[in-house]
Amino acid sequence: MSELEAKIPPGPIENKWDYAKSHYKLVNPTNKRKYDIIVVGAGLAGASAAASFGELGYNVKCFVFHDSPRRAHSIAAQGGINAAKNYQNDGDSIYRLFYDTVKGGDYRSREANVYRLAELSVDIIDQAVAQGVPFAREYGGLLENRSFGGVQVSRTFYARGQTGQQLLLGAFQALERQINLGRVQMFPRHDMLELVVVDGQAKGIITRNMVTGAIEAHAGDAVVLGTGGYANVFYLSTNAKASNCTAIWRAHRRGAYFGNPCFTQIHPTCIPQIGDFQSKLTLMSESLRNDGRIWVPKQKGDKRPPQEIPESERDYYLERKYPSFGNLAPRDIASRAAKEVCDEGRGVGPGGRGVYLDFADAIKRLGRATIEERYGNLFEMYHDITAEDPYSVPMRIYPAPHYTMGGLWVDYNLMATIPGLYVTGEANFSDHGANRLGASALMQGLADGYFVVPATIADYLAGQMSKKVSTDRAEFKQATTETVDRVNRLLSAKGTRSVDAFHKELGNIMWEKCGMARSAEGLKSARQEVRELRERYWREVRVLGANEEPNQSLEKAGRVADFFELAELMCIDALHREESCGGHFRVEYQTPEGEALRNDEKFLYVAAWEFTGVGNEPRLHKEPLVYDEVKLATRSYK
Amino acid sequence: MNLTLHIWRQKAGESGGRFVEYAATNISPDASFLEMLDIVNEQLIEKGEDPIHFEHDCREGICGSCGMMINGIAHGPLGGTATCQLHMRHFEEGDVIRVEPWRARAFPVIKDLIVDRSALDAIIQAGGFITVNTGSAPEANTIPIPKAIQERAMDAAECIECGACVAQCPNGAAQLFTAAKVSHLGLLPQGQPERYNRVVRMVEVMEEHFGSCTMFGECEAVCPKSISLDFIARMNRDYIVARLKKLAG
Repeated sequence: MSELEAKIPPGPIENKWDYAKSHYKLVNPTNKRKYDIIVVGAGLAGASAAASFGELGYNVKCFVFHDSPRRAHSIAAQGGINAAKNYQNDGDSIYRLFYDTVKGGDYRSREANVYRLAELSVDIIDQAVAQGVPFAREYGGLLENRSFGGVQVSRTFYARGQTGQQLLLGAFQALERQINLGRVQMFPRHDMLELVVVDGQAKGIITRNMVTGAIEAHAGDAVVLGTGGYANVFYLSTNAKASNCTAIWRAHRRGAYFGNPCFTQIHPTCIPQIGDFQSKLTLMSESLRNDGRIWVPKQKGDKRPPQEIPESERDYYLERKYPSFGNLAPRDIASRAAKEVCDEGRGVGPGGRGVYLDFADAIKRLGRATIEERYGNLFEMYHDITAEDPYSVPMRIYPAPHYTMGGLWVDYNLMATIPGLYVTGEANFSDHGANRLGASALMQGLADGYFVVPATIADYLAGQMSKKVSTDRAEFKQATTETVDRVNRLLSAKGTRSVDAFHKELGNIMWEKCGMARSAEGLKSARQEVRELRERYWREVRVLGANEEPNQSLEKAGRVADFFELAELMCIDALHREESCGGHFRVEYQTPEGEALRNDEKFLYVAAWEFTGVGNEPRLHKEPLVYDEVKLATRSYK
Repeated sequence: MNLTLHIWRQKAGESGGRFVEYAATNISPDASFLEMLDIVNEQLIEKGEDPIHFEHDCREGICGSCGMMINGIAHGPLGGTATCQLHMRHFEEGDVIRVEPWRARAFPVIKDLIVDRSALDAIIQAGGFITVNTGSAPEANTIPIPKAIQERAMDAAECIECGACVAQCPNGAAQLFTAAKVSHLGLLPQGQPERYNRVVRMVEVMEEHFGSCTMFGECEAVCPKSISLDFIARMNRDYIVARLKKLAG
């Protein structure tokens, strides 16, 4: 299909990125300041791009809904970032990182993108260290590594349990430097509510000033969305409360295809839900699985405290089922295994929705001090939330929505199906296939922002000098009017129920029927329920206050309205994909041992959906996936 | 649990506000302080009243968005934690709790408990970075950094820019915040070339916006990351050295 051309460069895989860079058009250094680039979002994928564009000499306008770019949810990433440095001499290489990522994604990602990601991983570490990111070090002063799920080498760099924070601060500081130099103009407390397309090209955005309510139009020569994922469609997730899909969804409605929306990641190690009042779920870094052992009682309904259950009556089910990877099995597999034992009635804690993550053996082997040094802040956080001491009682964990592999479809250059619209980081669909391995989200966000998009955008901008537009164009006026109308419609609903009440109900439908286990029947009914609830939402929601003031209910209301539309697309995509792969598990398609059963003959493609109107059937486009390097195989971690 | 709240309500664009009393009823001790406010807000919306506006996002104590004075203490009575990680089990049945926004000259109130903290970013813009363009970095293991130095830099780098230090300070000073960034970068070998210029630029902008430090030490006591006052001494030393270097030409 010509319209879904991935634009993968020719040549052997290890030369593709070099080839592409050598053949992109360039923008003359003195001309760069004549181009305006709009960047939305300032997490790893947005801040790194905005800062790098500024360094290159472009005019950058960067928009965030937070009060400061440093608050983006990348800041909460705990465990680490992968890089194929092979500092540990354990046989790592760029090829191996590429291979692990393709396999981890259950063969549903684009080979060329993943190879480039693995190549760039080493440059990211260099860049971050030069910025002053205080990665963990050995006593000799050199960088330390640890292992992470789904791989057998130690290639993860980390800064205590706050790797995301430190990497984001590196990018944030680079961005602040460009702001100081006047090359980036920062727009904090601005919510992007619409994309503006002129003559088929992305030329601007419409924002709402979250302090004054002003609806404003901004024009640019290209628009970059680094606006994160959509796991909050489930209401309860590990995402920050304000993380939302609005930027990518509005772009989707304007013509950007949405890739693999049903590929969502349920992370295995989160603190279980304790009550209806709960506003979010808290992740416990996957790095804990390096030293913690996961188990449940062998007997159903065993209510004894964990210390009183003897070894012989415990089931270390990951070690039993996957002897070579054990507790380090990839996330999708570990999550499903936890659900399985809980479904069997062997779960622990309130409601039986939990498994133990036990450090008793590690403390015996390494001493409490070592465990404290490695995970002290995580143990503290666990204690703050649960009032239990994980040094003496095993942690209780349960899977929770954490990351979305799906996102806007982009070609090799990270351009969406609307020319001039680039999508970076979690907001695009590109690198993780059907399951993301640990410590690779930070890697992708920074690879996209620091290295990929600064190179690829010149190729596009070089032809745009004569196509500059101003906000006087009719397209901007119309998009502004539509945005104002939508805000007014939300404020005038005058219903009886809060936005959160609807969001919780939506989340519940999605978690039960489009979560860890999906069936045709469940997905059909979920789609219907979502549609009905969406109609009720517009009639019955209650949004108080006015537009012309800070109005948190109004902010949420628009985001949840978009989640409703995306939720339906997720159900459609999950229903159409009649196979199980990675985080997408259809109960009809499993091996006799209960593992995911792929169907490469029918589904070896990216599903890219075109918007055709709310409630209408979206149009499916396919990007066939070609594996030249990696041989398709059944994923085995046994 | 049942509690009585006195919460500062201030309309957008107005210079003053007032305390309004609310009842928080039937609250689980396992709820976080922000979840308790969520419950109160849901009840307000039901009654058709404007919900209490407060900033929050990650609810894991790392984004630095949340923060309020709880009974006169920034982030509340627990210490070493952000408001989102404060749980109701640390209060008693029947408690009366007073909730206010950060109070500081540099942090004007936007609405209710939301304040404008952009003056903190202005300090970072002045010099809180290492000048390195993307692509020009040397191989990461070229410069070994002693583990103790890296750990110390990390202690400072953990700052979440919540502004509690400023809010608690009787002078509204931002020394702890500034010192944390000056020390994070100034301790590392990568940060040496700009070390003395950096401290001067950052301190100048800090002084434009914030009050003076008289070493009350209240900032350290409320810092959710327990960042040490020692960093302020370190920043002052660097600042003096920088000034002397300038005098010496």
